[in-house]
Amino acid sequence: MRRFVIGSARNLIESSRQKYQFERSILSSPYRFLSSSPAADSPSSSSSSSSTMAHPVSLNTINPKVIECEYAVRGEIVTLAQKLQEEIQTKPDAHPFEEILYCNIGNPQSLGQQPITFFREVLALCDHPAILDKSETQGLFSADSIERAWQILDQIPGRATGAYSHSQGIKGLRDTIAAGIEARDGFPADPNDIFLTDGASPAVHMMMQLLIRSEKDGILCPIPQYPLYSASIALHGGTLVPYYLDEATGWGLEVSELKKQLETSRSKGITVRALVVINPGNPTGQVLAEENQKAIVEFCKQEGLVLLADEENVYVPEKKFHSFKKVSRSMGYGEKDIALVSFQSVSKGYYGECGKRGGYMEVTGFGADVREQIYKVASVNLCSNISGQILASLVMSPPKVGDESYESYSAERDGILSSLARRAKTLEDAFSKLEGVTCNKAEGAMYLFPRIDLPEKAIKAAEAAKKAPDAYYCQRLLAATGIVFVPGSGFGQVPGTWHFRCTILPQEEKIPAIVTRLTDFHKSFMDEFRG
Amino acid sequence: MGLKALDYETMNENVKKVQYAVRGELYLRASELQKEGKKIIFTNVGNPQALGQKPLTFPRQVVALCQAPFLLDDPNVGLIFPADAIARAKHYLSLTSGGLGAYSDSRGIPGVRKEVAEFIERRDGYPSDPELIFLTDGASKGVMQILNCIIRGQGDGVLVPVPQYPLYSATISLFGGSLVPYYLEETANWGLDVNNLRESVAQARFKGITVRAMVIINPGNPTGQCLSEANLREILNFCYQENLVLLGDEVYQQNIYQDERPFISSRKVLMDMGPPISKDVQLVSFHTVSKGYWGECGQRGGYFEMTNIPPKTVDEIYKIASISLSPNVPAQIFMGLMVNPLKPGDVSYDQFVRESKGILESLRRRARIMTDGFNSCKNVVCNFTEGKSLLSTGHSKAFVFCDFFSALLLGYHTGAMYSFPQLRLPPKAIEAAKQAGKVPDVFYCLKLLEATGISTVPGSGFGQKEGVFHLRTTILPAEEDMPEIMSSFKKFNDEFMAQYEDNWNRSRM
Repeated sequence: MRRFVIGSARNLIESSRQKYQFERSILSSPYRFLSSSPAADSPSSSSSSSSTMAHPVSLNTINPKVIECEYAVRGEIVTLAQKLQEEIQTKPDAHPFEEILYCNIGNPQSLGQQPITFFREVLALCDHPAILDKSETQGLFSADSIERAWQILDQIPGRATGAYSHSQGIKGLRDTIAAGIEARDGFPADPNDIFLTDGASPAVHMMMQLLIRSEKDGILCPIPQYPLYSASIALHGGTLVPYYLDEATGWGLEVSELKKQLETSRSKGITVRALVVINPGNPTGQVLAEENQKAIVEFCKQEGLVLLADEENVYVPEKKFHSFKKVSRSMGYGEKDIALVSFQSVSKGYYGECGKRGGYMEVTGFGADVREQIYKVASVNLCSNISGQILASLVMSPPKVGDESYESYSAERDGILSSLARRAKTLEDAFSKLEGVTCNKAEGAMYLFPRIDLPEKAIKAAEAAKKAPDAYYCQRLLAATGIVFVPGSGFGQVPGTWHFRCTILPQEEKIPAIVTRLTDFHKSFMDEFRG
Repeated sequence: MGLKALDYETMNENVKKVQYAVRGELYLRASELQKEGKKIIFTNVGNPQALGQKPLTFPRQVVALCQAPFLLDDPNVGLIFPADAIARAKHYLSLTSGGLGAYSDSRGIPGVRKEVAEFIERRDGYPSDPELIFLTDGASKGVMQILNCIIRGQGDGVLVPVPQYPLYSATISLFGGSLVPYYLEETANWGLDVNNLRESVAQARFKGITVRAMVIINPGNPTGQCLSEANLREILNFCYQENLVLLGDEVYQQNIYQDERPFISSRKVLMDMGPPISKDVQLVSFHTVSKGYWGECGQRGGYFEMTNIPPKTVDEIYKIASISLSPNVPAQIFMGLMVNPLKPGDVSYDQFVRESKGILESLRRRARIMTDGFNSCKNVVCNFTEGKSLLSTGHSKAFVFCDFFSALLLGYHTGAMYSFPQLRLPPKAIEAAKQAGKVPDVFYCLKLLEATGISTVPGSGFGQKEGVFHLRTTILPAEEDMPEIMSSFKKFNDEFMAQYEDNWNRSRM
């Protein structure tokens, strides 16, 4: 079954890097998949002699690790989507569709998802506390949002939401978050283990910064994976050690695969320092089984790896989500047994507050000396934004039964989650009906990652067009229907297999149109290329 | 089993090398003491709102409305929010793609970047391109992104002023580059001598370091000086000759204390110089919402503007920005409001002016109390502002001044947030510090903290000439607390000096 050795994995990554672009979900800013090979970046004196009067920051002279994060700012598919959008605006009947349907964007509120009212009420009041005392405020805001804003302000020294906070984040908010983690896991959480960050990305960067000393240091990363990890590893000059998720078992993570990749890379002189696990998966959407998580924890413990657990994509319609902290504690492993970092963000989940850049990491199992170093690195950037910090605490302590806002809050939350589940089901069913397409279930995240078996002729046509076959498919789809998907080649995939990633975020009323257009397109595409 | 991946012994050495004094030993000790219930006066971070400065009302109203856009539909919204705040909230929401909860473009909301470009154009008299302006989560993030792009390894050097703001030394260590110090001249009001620069570059080259960039902090932190146009020309010429990218940290541009020498941006001087220099010298300028009478530190809003950076490099910088998805959106709105403030005739204008004026007046009074206080202490010298014209306030020794009238008229304002007095430590004190395993000014500041609860930053955290010691305080503690703070400082200092002085009779000045 495990046919792929690290060498082929690397070839795959190399070739994807060279050939194909990956659409970064958001921001119309596509990535390329990243090389796992170390940058040839030793600052040789020859390349930097002052006799070459290249500008200090020209492409030839900037940090090669920056260039190594292969990433096209305006990727083909998103660029095409923007172009089509402009054409439609100026000439509505220019194309056989009236609008671009963005299924590439993990940015729910840009697609019309409404924020949770209670959270926003509290944030507004914290932003403008001067109105808390006014009687008119009670007519505009719910009573519990006013009360909560007071509570939060009292946790902030001087009630100053415009002040830099402690570099780990406001202590009172960390207390709230720790209490939320404790309630979720049933095991204690220490507010001093929590570092609030501007979204999850800076937290990932921080850990990579600490772990990676040179290209000899490797980080085990899943394939397919969310490109933040590959980008961050490349930027910090380390080596990505890929491991494959097994599509046949619903993108399962097998420890035998981890072991094999670990040994292979060790034999090449790479010191593997950490394992990245994305649970629920991105782009693959699976939720790991508890038994599987236990085996992963055991593996990290035995091999002395830091477990970097990206646990931000939690939607959990069906399977129950278990944090790695809960799993390791339930195995009897404490601080001394395993080093574990869990990343969280306010951008995901039912709240989808991407623009707030709120997030945190919970850091356990490190010595005090290392913790001090993490704190120091955090302090160089002073602190994360306060609004994001407040929101991170709110999502861990939403209104409770009996609070004035509880009903509206739970109606909004359930409305979003059940709508997402319906959208996921509709799309999943539609994909499964397509010829040559198999689709995983979206168990816990906002993505579907169907596999598509493309006819030989289509692959040839893609080659002729100098595109990855899945990118070719996605481009044709966009041109014909206005639907934007991200080709699987951007995330990495087993050689010879092709996928695309589709978010379940477009508004529900748009889903039927997506299904119809996709189905019609797919049929004609297959008719065109079928053997 | 051997060492774990993140044992202290096995972690990235560059991280360990980072020194970050603003939140270093002193700050940690202060936090401990605070936990023990001791009253601590934090003067270590330029964090005005933590020390009681009230935020300006108007921007807070606008951002609150953007947070809760459903209020805009409420017929009663006008009972609490003025019409111009409502209009502004609608304006900024219309610039976003999904309100405050949606990622923006990785470079920031295009409409806000346009407002920044218009601000720069009004300030400098030269057009600015929004495509070359990136919004960031605070200026520090921008500095880190740019240095990440510049530094390839320890063979790459960055010229940094000493004393300096430790963000630079910390970031350069983190990215494995080499800091090339140049000393500011305390005796010349912390001026910048191009001969010192040449010497620093020559020394670095001798060690095999390629100097690639130069940082100027203008107005200075912690030193508070404002570079003259002639000085900026010299610097730009120097960058031209030496092929350096100039990183202009201009976050205190709205913190000018005297009207004879207003803030002039590096970019304006560069453009004024004309070709070939204006077309050649690469410049990145940084700004923030954290300073000035805004003092909105907690929002983490900033921007940088690039000049003469080739499009391909801009794309690379865009790529790095994209990995972090987008800067936080509320702070982008704050930035928009800062660069596009209220105008006379707007409903909220009078209140806005009243509030900013109140902050500025109070800052000036506090600066006065503090400077006078330091200069009344034994062996403490606060730098003179010789060479700069002082205000009608006469010959104060303060190097911290503000003229809010001219500031308000020009749109620039306030006083630096810092005071950086020199401590003339007796040899015995230096000896005692050595015994305790501390740098002398750290030793002094720790003792000060223990005795008085005043939390300062030792000058060694910023860099200083050998054998010379300083401390940095902000001028931000509440005005009513100021006399007491200064008298407890004086009491501590004079006792400290007396304790270690006995046979040391060197005169103070």
